[in-house]
Amino acid sequence: MTTTLTVNGTMCTVEIDPGDILLDVLRREGTLEVRGDCHTGDCGVCTVLLDGRPVASCLMFAAKAAGHAITTVRGVGTEAHPHPLQEAFVHNGAVQCGYCIPGAILAAKALLDENPDPDDQAIRLGMDSNYCRCTGYEQQIEAVKAAAAAMREDVHQ
Amino acid sequence: MRIRREGFTHVTDGTAATPKIVGTSVPKLDGYALAAGAPLYADDIAERDFPGRLHGRILTSPIAHGVIESIDVARAEALPGVHLVLTCKNTPRMFYTTAGQGWPEPSPYDNQMFGDRVRFVGDRVAAVFAETRQIAEDALKLVDVKYQELPAVLAAADAMVDGAPVIHPENPKGAYDASRNIAAHVDVVVGDVDKALAASEVTISRRFETQYAQHVPMETHTAFSYVDPYGKVVIVSSTQVPWHVRRIVSRLIGVPMSRMRVIKPRIGGGYGTKQEVLIEDLVAYAALLTGRPCEIRLTRKEEFCSARTRHPMRIDVSIGSDRAGHFTALKMYVLSNTGAYGSHGLTVMSNTGSKTLPLYNKAKDVRFYGDAVYTNLPVAGAYRGYGATQGYAALETAIDDLAATLNMDPLELRKKNVIAVGEGSPIFEALGEGRQGVAQTIKSCTLPILMERGAAAIGWNEKRGKRIRSGHKVRGVGMSTHMQGSGIPLIDMASASIKLNEDGTYFLTMGATDIGTGSDTILAQLAAEVLGVSTDRFSVLSSDTDLTPFDVGAYASSTTFVSGGAVLKAAKSVRNQIFQVAATILGEELDEALVHAEPKVEGDDTSPDPILSFYRMEDGFVVSERSGKRVSVSDVGYRSFYETNQKQIAATESFVSPYSPPPFAANFAEIEVDELTGKIQVLHYVTAVDCGISINPDLVRGQILGAVANGIGFALTEEYKFSARGAMVNSSLFDYKILSRRDMPPVEVIVVDSYETNGPLGAKSVAEIGINGPIPAIGNAFFDATGIRLHQTPYSPERVLAALRGGAD
Repeated sequence: MTTTLTVNGTMCTVEIDPGDILLDVLRREGTLEVRGDCHTGDCGVCTVLLDGRPVASCLMFAAKAAGHAITTVRGVGTEAHPHPLQEAFVHNGAVQCGYCIPGAILAAKALLDENPDPDDQAIRLGMDSNYCRCTGYEQQIEAVKAAAAAMREDVHQ
Repeated sequence: MRIRREGFTHVTDGTAATPKIVGTSVPKLDGYALAAGAPLYADDIAERDFPGRLHGRILTSPIAHGVIESIDVARAEALPGVHLVLTCKNTPRMFYTTAGQGWPEPSPYDNQMFGDRVRFVGDRVAAVFAETRQIAEDALKLVDVKYQELPAVLAAADAMVDGAPVIHPENPKGAYDASRNIAAHVDVVVGDVDKALAASEVTISRRFETQYAQHVPMETHTAFSYVDPYGKVVIVSSTQVPWHVRRIVSRLIGVPMSRMRVIKPRIGGGYGTKQEVLIEDLVAYAALLTGRPCEIRLTRKEEFCSARTRHPMRIDVSIGSDRAGHFTALKMYVLSNTGAYGSHGLTVMSNTGSKTLPLYNKAKDVRFYGDAVYTNLPVAGAYRGYGATQGYAALETAIDDLAATLNMDPLELRKKNVIAVGEGSPIFEALGEGRQGVAQTIKSCTLPILMERGAAAIGWNEKRGKRIRSGHKVRGVGMSTHMQGSGIPLIDMASASIKLNEDGTYFLTMGATDIGTGSDTILAQLAAEVLGVSTDRFSVLSSDTDLTPFDVGAYASSTTFVSGGAVLKAAKSVRNQIFQVAATILGEELDEALVHAEPKVEGDDTSPDPILSFYRMEDGFVVSERSGKRVSVSDVGYRSFYETNQKQIAATESFVSPYSPPPFAANFAEIEVDELTGKIQVLHYVTAVDCGISINPDLVRGQILGAVANGIGFALTEEYKFSARGAMVNSSLFDYKILSRRDMPPVEVIVVDSYETNGPLGAKSVAEIGINGPIPAIGNAFFDATGIRLHQTPYSPERVLAALRGGAD
């Protein structure tokens, strides 16, 4: 079947089977910043935003994503134009192997969209579904706080 | 942007020469690309560049032990889309080890690509390569295998019993005694430990058991291979050891190294599990046979069941001491479960002694011995901490018990016994990685400061022994001390090349394998420091067996120290060549002998290179110390490329060290025990670490935090559960619990630099040491809270409740 997915604001028509998983379709179509290895929704690596809310793309049928806005980490920021969250992660040693980072950045983005000034506990809760095996989380949590503060200042200016 | 680094203290004593780049938290060179999701991992590259590749899936054994009576692949081969089915019938029969280690290989040759025997649930039986993953998976079901099931060894304690099933009847080369299922055996004796123990005023003997646990990299093992236009087999793999992959696969499938290239892209976590050749042989062989690019990506379940684990160990420790708390004797026996294959069996077990016992060098009589036994359970391998984690679990909890017996503060007991600057230990020389070691004298150690600062941060004196209670919850504090190493002395070798571009920038290539640790960045910092520029003047390329020089790979806490040594030497050599050209431009004399002197790693703080009294590098310029005149490195570059005495200014240097300077750590935990549920809550964890000069403090902190998080998971929640027939039953991230953000307590990191005179610009290692603290620190805190000793990990609620209720744990 043919369906239309909207990824980072760009509409694309893709040929899918009804049982195709969103993660697999995104990767097949070259959206390689979305990764995932557990395929059970447990690790959070494959997180994308669906209409601004984090979902595990490894658990979702691609067909169900039609008509919704899919945001990947490249829709949040790129190497050339990084988002404050990406800036803060990079500048606080919060990226090690990097595999979980796109998912973590997206979870943080969704959190800050709802709560621009989260405390430690709110960040831990908001990003709890995103495992990281390298960093022990501390520097990522500091990075989210720093990015949130920078974004609030930006809003006030 | 202002980032508040709460809970991070970095102490430098200011006596070392003041570097500019080293000691600065330069952001990782690949940081933005990783944070923006650039396609940098093996599967990304495969998907982008080889959409028409074949996908491989592995059929694994459903039984713990048996012989394959027959295997029929005809139906699988007939399935449309299937291109290749590999079994023991059509693959090389050579025995080898999957452990990616140096040469000669210390692990037994007990593994085949495919055998006619299966030895654990998850063992390889066949592999299918097909047009899609789904077709490959469907084909697996069509492979018809008949097994003759054999009795299995499902506990390490049963392995050496008379009449136990023999798991490797083929008597593998390098196995200690296959007829008794002993893959490896160690016995190192200094003095007469039994006599010394008998003569000691106080002795204590304790047993500790650790569990099956896993690295759980977020990216499972992934590799793909293709044959390039020159007929070369190219393997792109999520590996920590590209050169060992090349060597092992080359020998196995009979392709010369000149026709094999291994590339390590970015990899999604290693922690030791990717120091193992698990799938590279299959994709390379399949690419060779089919002529198509072939990929294998393990599923999470396969990662758990078929990849590698931490060696579960049962450790018996005896400590002899006088009444004042001075250790007289140390004895440690290890029963290590290496699973179905002996990968890293000898060397991990060796490190259980060699990375722990020298810390308490005051004991004059020491014995370390052990057996690594085969069982029909998942295969153990290299895992951050590499045996020291298990050794410290036993040793540090036993020392805590000794302190209680002596009625002493455990912190004070350790202060009396830990190794200090200027001291050695006979164990260093007696016990290396599976062979004799190398004598070491400690040159750098801030352990006394680590203990003081850590104790102050946790509130040791105020909280210890108070058993502060709130309803059914009671609190306690515990601590432990540790050392590790920095590479394997006289074995680990690294090399690096630096060449100058004519605009004054540099190209740095090295074998060093950045597995997310940031080694590309910190190694560039070392070079940048020597060459007097910032890291943005460097282009870095690492871990490609065709394009970069050799390096053993990322393991044994070696990269900063060993690869760093190679980079430092190459940078100095290039610097001296630049000085030489600069001298001619400036019309000054410079002794050729100084230019060509062997660059050295040791002793930069006390004896800088003699050539530095003539010239120095400063912000892209060479400055003459004699005349004060300067010339830009770019001018040097243009002159040497295009004008006079033309040549490429470049150097390749190698480094191997007779030293493996230990980093040190003191860990402190404050916990709360829920006596109703048995849950241990870590309230506050403090880790104080000496890793020499911290080249990049943010990355140092990240290494420590990550290791501690993994260590706390190992201490509290992570555990393989097995069925009665030896199958892992919790092989998902839902059932195997690693710590999430909400599970992690606040962790305070205190780094107290020392200057390691044998290390590159004062540095030693940091990657592993942090993982060793949580089991003893938390266990000792539990003892402080309850007076009860836990002897087995993980400290799960079930086990804690049983202990609280007086049951055996």
